Amino acid sequence: MSRSDTRVVVAMSGGVDSSVAAALLVEAGYDVVGMMMRLWSDPTMGGAEHNRCCTPVQMNDARHIAEKLGIPFYVLDSKDIFRETVVQYFIDGHRDGFTPNPCLECNRRIRFDWLLRNALALDADFLATGHYARITKDDGGWRLRRGVDADKDQSYVLSVLGQEQLRRALFPVGEYPKSKVRKLAATLGFDVAGKRDSQDLCFLGKSDYRSFLRLHAPDVIAPGPIVNRDGLVLGQHQGLANYTIGQRKGLGISSREPLYVLAMDERRNALVVGARDQLGRDELVAENVNWVSGSPPAASFRADVKIRYRARSQPAEIEVMADGAMKARFDQPQRDITPGQAAVVYRGDICLGGGVIAKYENRSAAQNGSTHIA
Amino acid sequence: MRASRQVYLDHSASTPVDPRVLDAMMPYFSDIYGNPTSAHNQGRDAARVIEAARETVAAILNCRANEIVFTGGGSESDNLAIRGAAWRARQHNLSARLITSPVEHSAVANTIAQLRDLMGFESVAAPVDRYGLVDEDAFVKACNDGGAIASVIYANNELGSINDLPALSSIARDRGILFHTDAVQAGGQLTLDVERLGVDMLSLSAHKFYGPKGVGVLYIRSGLDLPSAITGGGHEGGRRAGTQNTAFIVGLARALELAHQAKAERCAHFRLMRDRLISGVLTRVPGAQLSGQPDKRLPSHASFIIAGIDANALLMHLDINGIAASSGSACMTGNPEPSEILLAVGYTAEQAKCGLRFSVGVRTNEDDIDYTVDALARAVDKLSQLSRERAP
Repeated sequence: MSRSDTRVVVAMSGGVDSSVAAALLVEAGYDVVGMMMRLWSDPTMGGAEHNRCCTPVQMNDARHIAEKLGIPFYVLDSKDIFRETVVQYFIDGHRDGFTPNPCLECNRRIRFDWLLRNALALDADFLATGHYARITKDDGGWRLRRGVDADKDQSYVLSVLGQEQLRRALFPVGEYPKSKVRKLAATLGFDVAGKRDSQDLCFLGKSDYRSFLRLHAPDVIAPGPIVNRDGLVLGQHQGLANYTIGQRKGLGISSREPLYVLAMDERRNALVVGARDQLGRDELVAENVNWVSGSPPAASFRADVKIRYRARSQPAEIEVMADGAMKARFDQPQRDITPGQAAVVYRGDICLGGGVIAKYENRSAAQNGSTHIA
Repeated sequence: MRASRQVYLDHSASTPVDPRVLDAMMPYFSDIYGNPTSAHNQGRDAARVIEAARETVAAILNCRANEIVFTGGGSESDNLAIRGAAWRARQHNLSARLITSPVEHSAVANTIAQLRDLMGFESVAAPVDRYGLVDEDAFVKACNDGGAIASVIYANNELGSINDLPALSSIARDRGILFHTDAVQAGGQLTLDVERLGVDMLSLSAHKFYGPKGVGVLYIRSGLDLPSAITGGGHEGGRRAGTQNTAFIVGLARALELAHQAKAERCAHFRLMRDRLISGVLTRVPGAQLSGQPDKRLPSHASFIIAGIDANALLMHLDINGIAASSGSACMTGNPEPSEILLAVGYTAEQAKCGLRFSVGVRTNEDDIDYTVDALARAVDKLSQLSRERAP
């Protein structure tokens, strides 16, 4: 199969990374088709009618880049499925007292499922995106690796992929440092080269997630008690979704020593706070675990675990539990293990997989029989 | 990489310029370039060919040359007709009712809507049947209270259905109402005899019959004194200001002449291709139904509703296979709205997102049609599989 017979659908956002990805594929001689998904955005919020991933400006930018590269460009109406999956996941997660990461869910349900299936239906062989990650193949199958640019590495949000997806995925910019990608964009004459990277959740429009939840899941924002670990009521909170683990400011209670959010107890709608030294946790359990290779490397093994997109990975002992869940015991306590975020497991630069953090605890506490489970 | 085969089935959107038309136009860019209103040799040469073009068009429309106004295209013709009739009504204190159908081209619909919203005119839409044809009894009712103008499309761009203009125009004119028709889709395929049609005004656009884009005709019955919506110099008898585009006007006349000469032959070919397409689609594509009038329709025009399949996704699949088609809900932004025209003839909002139009041309052949039916059947199969997988 020659490259010109190999069709690649590239997910274009109008931004630097996906534009350069498209250009690299065209240069390599593939039959490249540009595609953008029209995603859902809350039409009632702050006058922002457009999802931040597909504003009219971005759509025009992507279309112009595609014209420049001489490739077709299509916009796929994906509003309904995005609302039903990713946005609902976000709302449900908060309702259950979690802080969900919808970007992983988007990669799982939208980009590498809905979009991939649409690409394959168009007779594409591959789906390419502008992610900073790499794919290699060896006897163990397809491997997901960190991008060469450690600061930009996005393997965390791709940890939901399996062999079926990696076999069909291309990440052309993962081989380059971001600085080089920006330079390439400038060389290619893309006027996106100065754009800043996108950050917040795409479907919130101009709003923040708290007002979003107030509108779409008002029950999540119900006030309740702020308690310490002994159950003593110290004040009132404004809805659990307003807080994150490790948060100190904005609790609205006075205390001799600084208090931090330790946990959300959604059963009692209580916000559990405590001193800084009560914050660290050295163990977590993650559920809904995906192993990139299809199965864990061993029943227990040493690895590095990343508990947030922006966190550094930390050494831990991994244990695969009977029900498929994964326990990670960190060498050092972690301050902000947050249920709903992903715990992603690495060995060197290989991403082995990950799961959604369901609970966390302290080994020491567990040993003396007073487990605190959030 | 382009698809192995390119099949253009969007002639209702635009046609290629016939090489004979292009040849006729060429001298009027750099050789005979004078302003047709200038009083010198260059100007007179240009004016002479424009008047010859006017004679050619007038002969085909069965009218006098001075009843032909050259314009910048079909939309401009529609604007001049409707705004002109509205200003005329204002000038002479006539009825402020603008009568139309709910399935007009946006050049008519949006002009009337603007006159209603900004200028205090009243817009009256005569109901249509499920094919988009204006019901005569309902049209009588709409006209009984008088009006500044009635504008009804000749052949519907989305549905292909052909209105009975002689009947409708006499209803309007018997009640003292000016009758205009947007005949843009009909050009080159249906009779343009303004006496047989009984119209006061008629709009045409050259690029629908193998002429260039950006030039059109407005027929205005003589004696009808319309204030011009485009004011300036006294070009086109004061009915459309602006230096005439000699080359394009020559191209329009030549294209219309060629289309008129070859009409019977072309239309027979169109019908053959269209009917092959319609029977292929209806037998091979599950959930496909013909939209628009099955018999009284444009020879080149086939339109369908394909149940449950978003037309934009379908157009993407056709395009990737080299096939050009279109849809009334076509949209470049992934946010398809139901087609207003399909809604107006009674389709549901879901169905009105699933309209697909193919329009054949002089170079369309059987292989093109068979390739298209195959590709469409395959695309529909894949897309319905995708939506099945999506369902929980």
